[in-house]
Amino acid sequence: MKPVSFDYSVPENSLAVVEHLKNAQGTAKIVAGNQSLGPMLNLRLVRTNALIDVGLLAEVRKCVVNQDNVFIGAGITHAEIEDGDVQDPTNGWMREAAGNIAYRAVRSRGTIGGSLCHADPAADWLIVLTGLKAFAIVQGLSSNRKLPVENFITGPFTNDLKEDEILMGVEVPKPSATAKWGYWKFMRQVGEFAKASAVIYHDEHKQITRCAIGALGRQPLLLHNPEKIFDGTLTPANAIKESLPDRDFAEMTMHVTAIERALSIARNRSEPGK
Amino acid sequence: MKDPKSYRSNGIGASVKRLEDDRYLRGRGKFVGDIRLPGMLEIAFVRSPLAHANIKNIHKPEGVEESVFICEDLISVSGIKADSGLPGFKSSVQPILASKKVRHVGEPVVACVAKNRAAAEDIADSIHIEFEELPAIHDMKTAMDAGNPLIHESWDKNCFLETNVETNFDEAIISASSIVKRTFQTARQCMAPMEGRAVVAQWDDQLSQLTVHSATQMPHIVRTGLSECLGLEEGKIRVVAPDVGGGFGYKGILLAEEVFAGWLAMKTGRPVRWLEDRREHLTSGANCREHHYEVVGYADSTGQLLAVSCEAIVDSGAYSIYPFSACLEAAQVASILPGPYKMLGYKCKTYSVATNKPPILPYRGVARTGVCFAMELIMDALARDLDMSPKDIRIKNLVKKHEMPFINITNKHFDSGDYCEAVERASTAIDFDKLRVRKQNCNANEKLGFGLSIFCEQGAHGTSVYRGYGIPMVPGFEQSNLRLTPDGGLEVRVGVQSHGQGLETTLAQIASQELSIEESKIKVVHGDTAYTPYSTGTWGSRCIVMAGGAVSAASEVLAKRIKKIAAHLLQASPEEIILKDGKAQGKNNEIAISDIAHAWYRQPHLLPEDVDPRGLEVTEGYKTVRDTGTFSYACHAVIVSVDLELGNVKILDYVVVEDAGTMINPMVVDGQVLGGVAQGVGTALFEEMPFDTAGQPMASTLADYHLPVASDLPPIQIIHMETPSPISRYGQKGIGESGAIGPPAAIANAVNDALAPLGVEINQIPITPSRVLKALSSAKMGLNS
Ligand SMILES: Cc1cc2nc3c(=O)[nH]c(=O)nc-3n(C[C@H](O)[C@H](O)[C@H](O)COP(=O)(O)OP(=O)(O)OC[C@H]3O[C@@H](n4cnc5c(N)ncnc54)[C@H](O)[C@@H]3O)c2cc1C
Repeated sequence: MKPVSFDYSVPENSLAVVEHLKNAQGTAKIVAGNQSLGPMLNLRLVRTNALIDVGLLAEVRKCVVNQDNVFIGAGITHAEIEDGDVQDPTNGWMREAAGNIAYRAVRSRGTIGGSLCHADPAADWLIVLTGLKAFAIVQGLSSNRKLPVENFITGPFTNDLKEDEILMGVEVPKPSATAKWGYWKFMRQVGEFAKASAVIYHDEHKQITRCAIGALGRQPLLLHNPEKIFDGTLTPANAIKESLPDRDFAEMTMHVTAIERALSIARNRSEPGK
Repeated sequence: MKDPKSYRSNGIGASVKRLEDDRYLRGRGKFVGDIRLPGMLEIAFVRSPLAHANIKNIHKPEGVEESVFICEDLISVSGIKADSGLPGFKSSVQPILASKKVRHVGEPVVACVAKNRAAAEDIADSIHIEFEELPAIHDMKTAMDAGNPLIHESWDKNCFLETNVETNFDEAIISASSIVKRTFQTARQCMAPMEGRAVVAQWDDQLSQLTVHSATQMPHIVRTGLSECLGLEEGKIRVVAPDVGGGFGYKGILLAEEVFAGWLAMKTGRPVRWLEDRREHLTSGANCREHHYEVVGYADSTGQLLAVSCEAIVDSGAYSIYPFSACLEAAQVASILPGPYKMLGYKCKTYSVATNKPPILPYRGVARTGVCFAMELIMDALARDLDMSPKDIRIKNLVKKHEMPFINITNKHFDSGDYCEAVERASTAIDFDKLRVRKQNCNANEKLGFGLSIFCEQGAHGTSVYRGYGIPMVPGFEQSNLRLTPDGGLEVRVGVQSHGQGLETTLAQIASQELSIEESKIKVVHGDTAYTPYSTGTWGSRCIVMAGGAVSAASEVLAKRIKKIAAHLLQASPEEIILKDGKAQGKNNEIAISDIAHAWYRQPHLLPEDVDPRGLEVTEGYKTVRDTGTFSYACHAVIVSVDLELGNVKILDYVVVEDAGTMINPMVVDGQVLGGVAQGVGTALFEEMPFDTAGQPMASTLADYHLPVASDLPPIQIIHMETPSPISRYGQKGIGESGAIGPPAAIANAVNDALAPLGVEINQIPITPSRVLKALSSAKMGLNS
């Protein structure tokens, strides 16, 4: 279980990264915390000529607080979010989610950007950031773009980045003071990926209600009629029945339960951070 | 047997801190992977990606021919053969590298050698093998069907061995009023010692010797096996097991990889090594526990067990492994299924079925874990049928204290114990209050349940038991060599291997008890064929009884010789001398044991004329009073909660009542029990290597193969009973495997207790959320019987 040999470089800035990517024409890969890429390199599931380490790049290691949102650099680690080293726009919801990713050793190195780019269907940030209506900030050679997280993730383990683009970070809107939030995931064991997960986000002031489920083997699924799910007029079972026609009984039960439990968290815990 | 009451605080019975932990806790253990030799080459194997296929062609790319080896290169090397003498046993030969055919995924086909592992893997990447795929035998239940492709062409069906025992069955069931029939299934598992398998081999011209460092539980057996396969005299082979990071049976085997490394070291004249990685471990090492049972239990209206009948299939995989063979598991099923119970009649058929899976190996507890699961679930099923409590039905049918020693229906000689007391104590210790309180407060989607299991464990069984199996290894006398050093220290040499059992401490405690030399001055030497007497090694919960007995026997002889010299030096008679606090004491005077050593080695003019010329070095052999084994036993009691919406099972309280006979070191016994219970929880709830219909193992990383982790384990309360065994030196009984045996049965019984009101019963492990949810949904739809 040893990777094929590769070159390793630490670029000065994001421009150098995208130039390197461009020249390599698909034979180089960005590495951040190496928590997902490392095992795949070792298993030779991924073979690359070069690794470009963005883990120390100042541009992706920063956090910027704006009026309506907070920009969190792609290179910010789960542990830094968990510990409150960077500002949590949601006053605690993100910290809590970060603290339940894997175990501390993985959180110390794994990054929010790496997690989104790797796009494991069961990963926490995928569903949490989808639920929060966050945006991915992407830098290319000549231009930047900003797209909703749910569009950034295009499928299981696939994202919208072009060969010569880097994810700079995510922009997370600040919920209003009365917003309600529930995130629940089913893991049998501490540190394992979720078997089923659900978020519910209800911000009356901003007129946003979102409900998503994760760990589906595809990107998180935003459910229709989230308001009705939140107010109870649409049961979780009915809400997902149409969207997931061919899942087996046990799996459906777990997803339904995940929504029910996320709902109960959201209803019983109103303000952000409580 | 010696009187356990006479023990000192730092000898037998003391919780002496483990001497070996000093180096382990500081990260200074020395494992095979820590060995660096100049010019060492590394091996990467190309393993079969298919479960069953003919090999058509192997392409070695140009330029790497010298570094690539296939079966045809291994001139005069034989494959591994491990036949059983049981009538009807079908023989298999496990090739060192597969030549014409592959029989399971992960079987080594080509070996690539380079200066490091990465480079060897690069070469392995470039090898192309053409296969002609054959249908895979992936399901033991249909493996023997006519018309199936044969895994071994010369056989008539895919089965190593069938056995059939029947005792008094038809008469016994005449008055049966409760008859319960169940099908049980256990999963194929991967034993998971922290250190994988590992070999470093080196040829030494000066000694004309092949030295093989191997992470093995049985260095002497590996030497014999290597000798047979390589055609090299045993005297030209030295096998060393340095620190070994856990075994559990996974390392109780002669490996094809070991044979290849030995051959390669001789061929190249350079040191070579192979370290198993986790992927190799998971794809080619899922090799234990897979059983299928059809069991019928018969009881009369008072709950008295009349008889049990069983048809058991063991998925033995593709080859018979060395030295335990392909049928040890099934042989144990037939002989141990009745457990600690009395019954009038019994019959059991077993099939050691061959499949295209890795060959089955005995894992801690061997068949007992599966057997205990089957038997204890039948007992609970009978209890439910008869409206009795799980405790009452057990008390009614267990062998009673006053009946000991007891010969059971399969002729097992239970040496001693009070099984009913163990059940009583476990039922008292479990936190029923917690259960009641939680039951009142638990919400609609949670159910709580209580479960019991009890079993006895034959350990340290010897010649008379193993000669019946007729496998390559039959244990006889266990030997130990003791040497008093010139400065009064003691070297204790044993042929077993310690890899977590704490034998460097417990064997020292025994020698210390007998000779009064401090444990810190005693060096236990093990795991090296050059230094230690022959032994079948560490398996079968045998070391503390057998090696411990041997150390005791040798100590006794050494004590006599010490006393003889002491008597001369003290002008006393040998009978007067006692050994105490490192001294030989006469009535009025004393002399340090170190001075006696000094006299023998450095001032022989001081010795008596008739001193024993064999000096202060002793080798003695030992057997238990009868070699049918000690029977330790345990009762496990557990409370679980089942989440009805997620199918998730949580353990709330866990109690083990354990009788290891006389405990040489209670702390070490606790450690063995705790580790075993953790593995048993894995078996009960998490561990499973699924194979698809093509015979592909479906979990290739630890993200898919779930081992129990710290947070899955509740605090485990251990209660000791100490009924000495009448057949061992101090009354000690084998305890090494025990912890891993009881949990699946107790946990499944607790889950079934929780789900009984819903009409649901689960008879398959591991009990995963999807299995629970499936069972709940079929019950809802009225499908559950
Ligand atoms: C044992 C274990 C348990 C885990 N459990 C969980 C869990 O419960 N929940 C969970 O959500 N996650 C879990 N993870 C995954 C973990 O969160 C990883 O940190 C995360 O998936 C990847 O982050 P990383 O920084 O390590 O990325 P890397 O491994 O370095 O990279 C991952 C991928 O993203 C690309 N990439 C990284 N950064 C960028 C960037 N800025 N721009 C473009 N591409 C980029 C890389 O090229 C690569 O393809 C677990 C991981 C392990 C090892």
